This record gives sequence, structure tokens and C-alpha cells, in this order.
Amino acid sequence: MNLWRLVTREIRYQKLNFLLGLLSVAAATGVLVAVLTMLRSHDMRTREILAQKQERTEQEMAKMKDDYRIIMKKLGFNLLILPAAQDLKQYYASGYVTEDMPEEYVNTLAGAGLMTIRHLLPSVERKISWSEQGGLQVILAGTRGEVPLTDRAPKEPMQVAVAEGEVVVGYELARSLKLRAGDSVMLLGQRFTVAGIHGERGTRDDITLWIDLATAQRMLGLQGRLNAILALKCLCAGNELSQIRRNVAAVLPGTQVIEVDSKVITRAEARERAGAVAKTALEAERENRAVIRAELEKFASWLAPVVILGVTLWVGLLTWGNVRQRRREIAVLRAIGISAGQVLKIFLSKALMLGAGGALIGYFAGLAAGTASGELSGGPAGALTLFSLTMLLSVLLVATVLCVLASWIPALMASSQDPAEVLREE
Amino acid sequence: MLRIREVSKHYEKNGATVKALDGVSLSVKPGEFVVVRGPSGSGKTTLLLLCGALLPPGSGEVRFDGADVYSLSPNQRAALRAANVGFVFQQFNLIPYLSVLDNVLAPSLAKPDPRAAQRAAGLLERFNLSERASHFPAELSTGERQRVGLARALLNRPRLLLADEPTGNLDDENAQVVLSSLAGFAADGGAVLMVTHSRQADTYGHGTIHLMRGKIVTETAEEGH
Ligand SMILES: Nc1ncnc2c1ncn2[C@@H]1O[C@H](COP(=O)(O)OP(=O)(O)OP(=O)(O)O)[C@@H](O)[C@H]1O
Ligand SMILES: [Mg+2]
Repeated sequence: MNLWRLVTREIRYQKLNFLLGLLSVAAATGVLVAVLTMLRSHDMRTREILAQKQERTEQEMAKMKDDYRIIMKKLGFNLLILPAAQDLKQYYASGYVTEDMPEEYVNTLAGAGLMTIRHLLPSVERKISWSEQGGLQVILAGTRGEVPLTDRAPKEPMQVAVAEGEVVVGYELARSLKLRAGDSVMLLGQRFTVAGIHGERGTRDDITLWIDLATAQRMLGLQGRLNAILALKCLCAGNELSQIRRNVAAVLPGTQVIEVDSKVITRAEARERAGAVAKTALEAERENRAVIRAELEKFASWLAPVVILGVTLWVGLLTWGNVRQRRREIAVLRAIGISAGQVLKIFLSKALMLGAGGALIGYFAGLAAGTASGELSGGPAGALTLFSLTMLLSVLLVATVLCVLASWIPALMASSQDPAEVLREE
Repeated sequence: MLRIREVSKHYEKNGATVKALDGVSLSVKPGEFVVVRGPSGSGKTTLLLLCGALLPPGSGEVRFDGADVYSLSPNQRAALRAANVGFVFQQFNLIPYLSVLDNVLAPSLAKPDPRAAQRAAGLLERFNLSERASHFPAELSTGERQRVGLARALLNRPRLLLADEPTGNLDDENAQVVLSSLAGFAADGGAVLMVTHSRQADTYGHGTIHLMRGKIVTETAEEGH
């Protein structure tokens, strides 16, 4: 015979009574665990949703950057700043610029602090017939590399300058003339070394020869003059051509601006807008989720104390009833020689079992309910994801401690009860 | 073994004093079977509880084996009861949710003893309850219940048995069984202090104390046992 046996026998004898207590603790635990599980479920779902959206946004942004890289690589510059006098019909018909403008223009533009354009490349160009190659019609272009914008941190230039005495050959020319880097070629009586072959662009660039600006100016008789300034428009708000035209005209009245090709840019811009929208949507979703969570949390924050207080009082009341009911038994046990401490232990052990048992049942019931009504997909798999050992252990601990505390006063009453008083009442 | 001297227990109730016990002295020696008689309210149960280390007297002293019982701590008194005192009640006071065997074993909660189970089996045998070992008190007759009560009181081999009207709820036949058991306990060297109204007890008791309003009015000793 030991106390444990006594306690379990009594529980078995008073099944309904114990069950009532057990169910109360289980219900309270269950409700709290269900709400906490719903919170957990909500958080997990939030993370899931945000991660998905984030990924989509990142994909959009990556595509946009990709497109931009494509523009840079394949298309080169997409804005052409030409002398105002240039007849565009003539330009479109012949494929090269015939008018010229002062070379300082590029410095003026670079110093103007325009936000809508970047990467300025001054150039001269003429269609020439390459006498050393049997009068082949090519475009000779001279550049001196990018002019850094004075108001911005220098970026990696899109196009580096061609050194004096070197030539960069367009794709189609190199292919048909079988030119390779390092080859030596004669051009209008001067010797040049092929510094590189330009990648295929599918534009007149493929039949262009690039040499340094000063040499080209000299060879073409255009000292101190430019035919065009190439630029890239920014990927930013207000980059409509009309806006750029107004900007440039304000700085350089003697010029005009045309846009070479904008399909890819348009796509990139669309992507950028999509990315921005996705980002706002992500933020909105985040906020929306936070509002829902706050509501759930608010609900939990008043529910928890009410439920805990309620069940604590209830368990205390149940124990008190149990103590009253067992007055005679307690007196007899005391007469037999059982100490007051042992009597206390009897009631506290019972409270312990009530708390632990109720919490265990309640946890799993709450987990099931919380999973079913939570946002993550339900079922055993959902419950498994939402299962938390920490929560189970905390719930066990809290419920047990609370039950023991709730039973403390009635148990003390039982242990300090005067056995003589009871035994006299035969 | 048990000696009480000039013991009084008074209760104040609504300004009036109830003298449950008033200057009582007596002693019970090993082998003695003392019967206490008296009208209702004369202090019999009070005397018994006081002797059983359950109720401190207002004045006077209670000594067990020469030691002042009420100068012991509550836990020491509990241990004293567990080791030396057995109680038998009129209402049996069995624990309803324990089987007959577990009821008999209940005192081993207070004084664990590896031989308790064996002794419990022996006691059940002796009180003709072996068949009833797994039954619950509610399933027993009153006579059987009191036999379980007796077996429980005897489990820890007490030296003093305190019985408060143990035959009060029994028919003559069952009363006889209980009385002869108590007498047997005394014959084996135990001490018995029994409160009773029963005339049957006279054949067993070695002495009778008559209480009246908390005082001993007559004390008779039957010699020759
Ligand atoms: N706790 C108490 N408070 C007040 N009075 C008490 C208390 N305990 C006992 N008494 C009184 O003391 C007196 C003796 O009580 P006790 O129970 O010893 O009588 P008894 O002889 O056993 O009576 P019965 O034969 O009815 O069992 C009674 O008058 C009772 O009312
Ligand atoms: Mg009485």
C-alpha cells in the first residue's frame, strides 16, 4: 500500500468527479492551445505567403535587370543627341549623320546634372569607302570613351575608349574580312591594329569601324566637332522622350534628340513597374497579415487570463468539494497514524495528475482544433508541422502548477483538519 | 502502558462551559481490557480520543510508556499512533474506495512494513474474510465490516486498542465475535479501552469505568483473569 495506490483508487472510485476536473482542465488548455496554434498557423502561413510574394518580386526584378543588361550589351546606347541642323530624313535614308556640332557640347551636357540620361559618348561618324578593302562601304566612327557625368559617382563605362592606333571592328566586317584581334589593317592610308571585334548587334554597328575620336576627327576633317552624342536614358520616372528632349534642349539648344529603339527598354520599364507594384503588394500583404494577427493576439490576450483564472478557481472548488466529502476518511487516516504532510500530498498528487492529464489531453485536442481552424492546410500533416514540444511542455508545466496551486488551500484545509472533531461525530 | 492523570477537557459554548472531561485519572496495563460506560455526552469518546493521542487535554497529562504524549510534535504523535494504537469505530469508518484487503493494509501507509501484506492475509484468514479480500466495504454486511475494521486496527501490531462502541451497530452474534477478538488481543498482552453500552461486554472486561458528566463515578475491577 502506498499513497499512489490510494490516490489512483480514489480517482477510480470517483471517476466522474475526476473526469469533470480533467475535462475542465483539458477544455481550458485546449482552447488556449487552439488559439495559440491558430496564431502559429497564421504566422507560418504569413511566412509562406510573404516568401512566395518575395520570390515573385525578386524574379520580376531579376528579369528587369536582365533586360537592362541586354539593352546595355546588345543595343548599346538608345538616345542619339544630334545637331539641330541634321535632317532626320537624310539620316534615316543614309544611316549616318552629316551635320556636326562643337565637341564642348558633351562636357556641357555632362555638367548639366540631368537625371534622365546617363552614359554620354561623343562621336564623329561618316560613311566612307574603305579603299584598302576594295572600296567597301563602312561607317567610320570615332569615340573618346564615355564622358563621366560630373554630378554622379563614376559608373563602369559601357564602352571604353579606343586607343590611338587601334581599331574595333564591327561583327559583319570582321566576319567577311576574316579579321581577328591583333591583325594589322590599313585604313585611309594609316595603319591600325585590330583591338577587338564587336559582338553582333544586327544594326549598322556591325559594319562600323571604331577608332579614337581625335584621329577620326583629323581623318574626316572634323577637328573639334561631333556628329552625335550617344546616351542611355535612365530607368526612372519621367524618362519619356518628350521630357528628355525638353531637358536636353534647355542645356543644349543647338541639338535634337531621337530614340533609337525602345522595345527592350519598354519591357524593362514594364517589369520595373511590375516590380514596384509587387513590392507595394508585398508591403500591403504584410500589413494586412499583421492586422489579422493583432486581432487574434488581442483575442488570445484576454481569453488566456479569463480561461486560466476560471479553471484555476474551478479546480480549487472541485478539490474543496473533494476535501469536504472525504472529511471522515481523512480523520480515519490521521487516526491510523498518517501525518498531516501525507494528507497534503494525497490531495496535491491528485491535483498534479489532474493538471498533467488535463493538459496532455487538452494540448492534443487544442492542436487538432487549432489546425482545423487555422490557415495552414489541415490534417495530420498540418498538425505535425504545428506541433510544438516547447508548447506541450509549457502547457504541461503551467497546468500542473496551476492545478497544484489551486488545490493548495483545500489541501491545506484537509491536512490541518482536526481528526478528533470528525471522529467524535459518530 | 497508558496512564492519564487529572485530565480535563472543557469546551466553551455560547458562554457556557461544557466539561467533557473533568479531572479523570486512569491507567491501562498490558493485558487489560477496560470497559467505559456512561450516558450520552458523558465524555466517553473524548476520553478515547485523548488516550489515542488525537485530542490534547486542557489540563492534566497523558503518558504512554511513561512519555508525555502531548509534548510530542504532531508528526511524532502520528508515528506513535501508527506504531502503537489501533482504533475501532462504531461506524467502522472503512475507506469506501479501497478493497477489503487495501483497507486492512491502510495502516502500512503510516508505517511501511514489508511483512504487511503477509500479515494482512493472515488477519483476513483469521476474521474469515479471505473470500472478501477484493470486495468493497459497501458490498459487506455490518458484521463483516466491523471485522475488517478490527483487522485494520491490528495490522501494525498495536499495543493499545481503542474501541468506541464497536458493537453498537451489530447483532449479538457479530458482537460476540468482536468482543472475543478484543478479549483475545488483551489475552495476548495487548491493552484494550472500549466504550460500550452493551451488557455482553461484562463477560470480557477486566474492569469497568462509569463516566458521568466528565467524571469517573464508579470504577470496578474484576479480578481473577
Ligand atoms: N468540540 C466540541 N465543542 C463543544 N462541545 C464538545 C466538543 N466535543 C465534545 N463536546 C461536548 O463534550 C461532551 C462529551 O462529548 P463526548 O462525545 O465525549 O460524549 P460521549 O460520551 O461520547 O457521548 P455519546 O455516547 O453520545 O457518543 C458532550 O456534551 C459534547 O457536546
Ligand atoms: Mg461517543
